[in-house]
Parts: sequence; C-alpha cells; structure tokens
Amino acid sequence: MRRVAIIGVGQTKFGEHWSEGFRDMVTEAGAKAIEDANIHGEEIQAGYVGTMASGRLVGQEHIGALLADYMGLNPIPITRVEGACASGALAFRQGFMAVASGMHDVVVVGGVEKMTDLDVSEVSDILGGAGDQEWELFLGATFPGLYAMMARRHMYEYGTTPEMLASVAVKNHKNGAKNKYAQYQNEITLEQVLKSKMIADPLKVFDCSPITDGAAAVVLAPLDVANKYSEQPIEIIASAQASDNIALHSRASLSELRATKVAAKQAFEQAKLTTKDIDLAEVHDCFTIAEIMAIEDLGFYKKGEGGKASLDGKTALDAEIAVNTSGGLKACGHPVGATGIKQICELTWQLRGKADGRQRKDAEIGLAHNVGGSGATAVVHILKQGW
Amino acid sequence: MRESIPLTWRRIPERYRLLGTQCITCNTNFFPKRNICPKCRRKGKIQEKQYAGKGKVYSFTEIYAAPAGFEDQVPYVLAIIELDEGPKLTAQIVDAHIKDVAIGSRVEKVFRVIQRDDPEGLIHYGFKFKLAK
Ligand SMILES: [Zn+2]
Repeated sequence: MRRVAIIGVGQTKFGEHWSEGFRDMVTEAGAKAIEDANIHGEEIQAGYVGTMASGRLVGQEHIGALLADYMGLNPIPITRVEGACASGALAFRQGFMAVASGMHDVVVVGGVEKMTDLDVSEVSDILGGAGDQEWELFLGATFPGLYAMMARRHMYEYGTTPEMLASVAVKNHKNGAKNKYAQYQNEITLEQVLKSKMIADPLKVFDCSPITDGAAAVVLAPLDVANKYSEQPIEIIASAQASDNIALHSRASLSELRATKVAAKQAFEQAKLTTKDIDLAEVHDCFTIAEIMAIEDLGFYKKGEGGKASLDGKTALDAEIAVNTSGGLKACGHPVGATGIKQICELTWQLRGKADGRQRKDAEIGLAHNVGGSGATAVVHILKQGW
Repeated sequence: MRESIPLTWRRIPERYRLLGTQCITCNTNFFPKRNICPKCRRKGKIQEKQYAGKGKVYSFTEIYAAPAGFEDQVPYVLAIIELDEGPKLTAQIVDAHIKDVAIGSRVEKVFRVIQRDDPEGLIHYGFKFKLAK
C-alpha cells in the first residue's frame, strides 16, 4: 500500500441555503478544495462522493455523473457512496483506498446533503431510513427516539445525567461560535439546553443536531509527491470501518456502539498509536449522548465516564483532548453526507495550525469518527502532519 | 414512508401475529424473522417460531416530534421490549404515560392501527404493547 496524503480541503458554510442547490454547493466545495490543493483539473483521475438521501431529499440520483459534468471533470470516473450519515467518511475511505492501492494518483472526494427543501416531518421520515424501515421507522421510531433510548440506558447503567448531556451541546456551541462555516455561531447555556423543548424524552431540541445544507471536499495524492502540491500535506495514517446490526433493538448493548469500538481498535493498531497520542477528535455528535458514547467507545474515557468528563470540561478546546473543535454536528450543522468530509477539513486546518480563533495548541495528530444510522456503520480515520 | 400494499401484505404474519424464526442448530430465537443465523450461517437450520407477545421494557422514550404518518399520535411512548423468548423489538406502548413506564416493566402485545396513509388510503395494522396488570 502507498502512503496517502490530503493536499487540499474546502467546504461551504453549513446552514440553510435557500438560493443554492445540491450541485451549486458541491461544486463550490470541490472548487475550493482543488484551489487549496493547487492542482489543475486534468490531474484529477477519479472522484468519490458521499450523499445519503439525495433521491428523496431533492429527487436526484446518479450523483457521480452529475458532479463529473458540473465540476467540468468529464470523462473521469466519479462514484457515489452511501452509508447513511457516514456516507462522507465512506467516500473518503474509498478515495484513500484508490490512492493507496495505486489505482489512481490524484483523487477528489466530496460529501453533500441538501436537506432544507422539505418540511421537518418529511426529512425526519427520510432520515429514519438510516435505521430499519420495516421494524423501527414503520412502528413509530425516529432518530431522536432511538438515541433517546440509548441515553435512557446510559443513564440507567452509569448514572449519566441531563446536565452531562447538555454540557456537550454547550461546549460544541462554544467551539462553533468561532467557526465561520458553522450553522450556529452562538454560545448557549446549560440552562437553555435543559429548558429547551422535549423532542424524544430525555433528549431536548438542544441535544439534537439540526437539519442542514452543506458540502465539503478534499483532494488526495500519494504522500511521496504531496509536497509538490502542498507545503503542509496531511497524512492519513489509519482508515477503519465496521458494521453492526441495522436495528438498535438487535444489539446486545444500547449504551455503546460496537462498530465504533471495532473501528477504533483497528485504527489505533494501523497507526501504531494510543488514545494518549491524539490531540483532537471530530466525533459524531448527532445527539449529545452520541458524543458521550463516542469518547468512551473510542477509548478516551472508560465506559460510563464520558458524561462526567464532558461536564468537567475535559473535552474543551484547551483541555485533555479537544473534541469537536468545528462545533461538531450540533453547532456546525449536520448535512448528513457532508459531515464525514467536514470532519477531515476541520482536522486538516487544525493540523496545519490554521484554524482561526479555535486553534488547538500543538495539534499534531487528529482523529475523525463518523457514524451511520444508530451505529450500524462506524468509520474512524487518524490524520497526522505529513511534512 | 408510505408503504406499498405488497410491502405491507408480505409482513402480515410478523406484524399481526409476532411470527418469527429460530435457529435450531444453536437454539437462538429471532424476531423479526431471519433467514440466515448470524452465528451458524450455512450450518444453521431455520424454522418458524411463534412468540407469545409478553416481555419487559428494556428502554423507552416519549416521542414529541413525529415522522410523517404519526403526527396525530404525539406524544407517544416508544420502547425496546425484550420478549420472554429472548429477542428484542421496537414498539409503541399504548394507554400509558411515560411516568408509568420503567426499565423492567412487564408488557404484553396488543393489536392496533399503526398508521394511516390518508382518509382514502391504506390502514396499517400491527403490534403495539400495553403495561401488563
Ligand atoms: Zn444458529
């Protein structure tokens, strides 16, 4: 396998983009990444794009061909990848494997979702397809509902409290307030979260990531030629993916994501690192409970101690480990297919030392964790400075 | 999602009667049915298994923001229920306030309307659960 580096990144602002469509956003992100990589279009040999539900959200399938056309990249092959909310990380992993294998040299990878064209109950129904349509969604489950049942078990088994959950949202808004790409750039208080409207007991509206439009893109190349393009290439030193039961009720435990544990173990083995080597992590906080479980399942905290660690501020920008410096899914927003790529963009800026206003001091190694559905897919990547 | 008539029809034995499967090689029960035992795979012998519809609450929530098709039911209690025969499933708990439900509460199956498409459309039936006396 060849060593692979990120040579360029770019993203749109995340938010409600009334005037921009699916193809406008993804071409904007792609053009920014290609500009950042300082390459010519002719050098790009292939592309991958992650999007979860373009067919139902905007009626468009055949996304690879659409992007090849609108990015001006015909006739190179572009392939769409889908793994619910982990679609972005899956696309990134396909790009990584294409370059690592020697199949292609320069590859562009994008992630995109256009979600605000429909009303909320329709979007909720569509996102439900990331779970088990026949045995969860049909019977009245929603994604907040599934994560609420995880939260209930986590509270029951480990004494996790609503305040601990809320502290995740407060911290992520604090980070998001310093990110010009974030959907919400305002700070919130613990009390605001606790007093917000109930969505699926015990999760309130401020425990949930929002509905978001956005796109992000990266350019990959073999590490040995990466410095030809970039003064600060970022090496991908681990890429791992794992699967679990599609329905939450089929799993032995609701208070952990087994797929995250498996992917994390493999990723740390590939990178020959331990959790102590990680300076910052972008984790999948689709709900506040998800971040608490993620920092446990990734190995940063023991099972059951993630809530207290969050409440005690150990995951803040300047603390033990900086978690979700971008603002996470909660504050930066969660255009599902784009999220996994946005995480890579954020880590790249951090490792380059160019995360204006929210720079993690001495950031050298970062981890990205992207989850599909209620945990049926988990993807972990580890990145480090490659210069 | 608006389910088609064939999709609804082919799930009737499972949704109306809690008919699942079991692997007699490793003695594992499945609901909803599985055609392949994840443990035994090709060595597994699968046959039908009728569930009694009694169990206990493993986790639960109360849904306030409903997906399409459930808007007129909110708020409703949704739970993961562990059947006495082993498998867990997701279902609504009817005629109960969230305050009445706890992890470990005994529940039993009832037959109910799950959702209606529209006044002229399909009425989907299936299982819900209620607290056992
Ligand atoms: Zn078996």
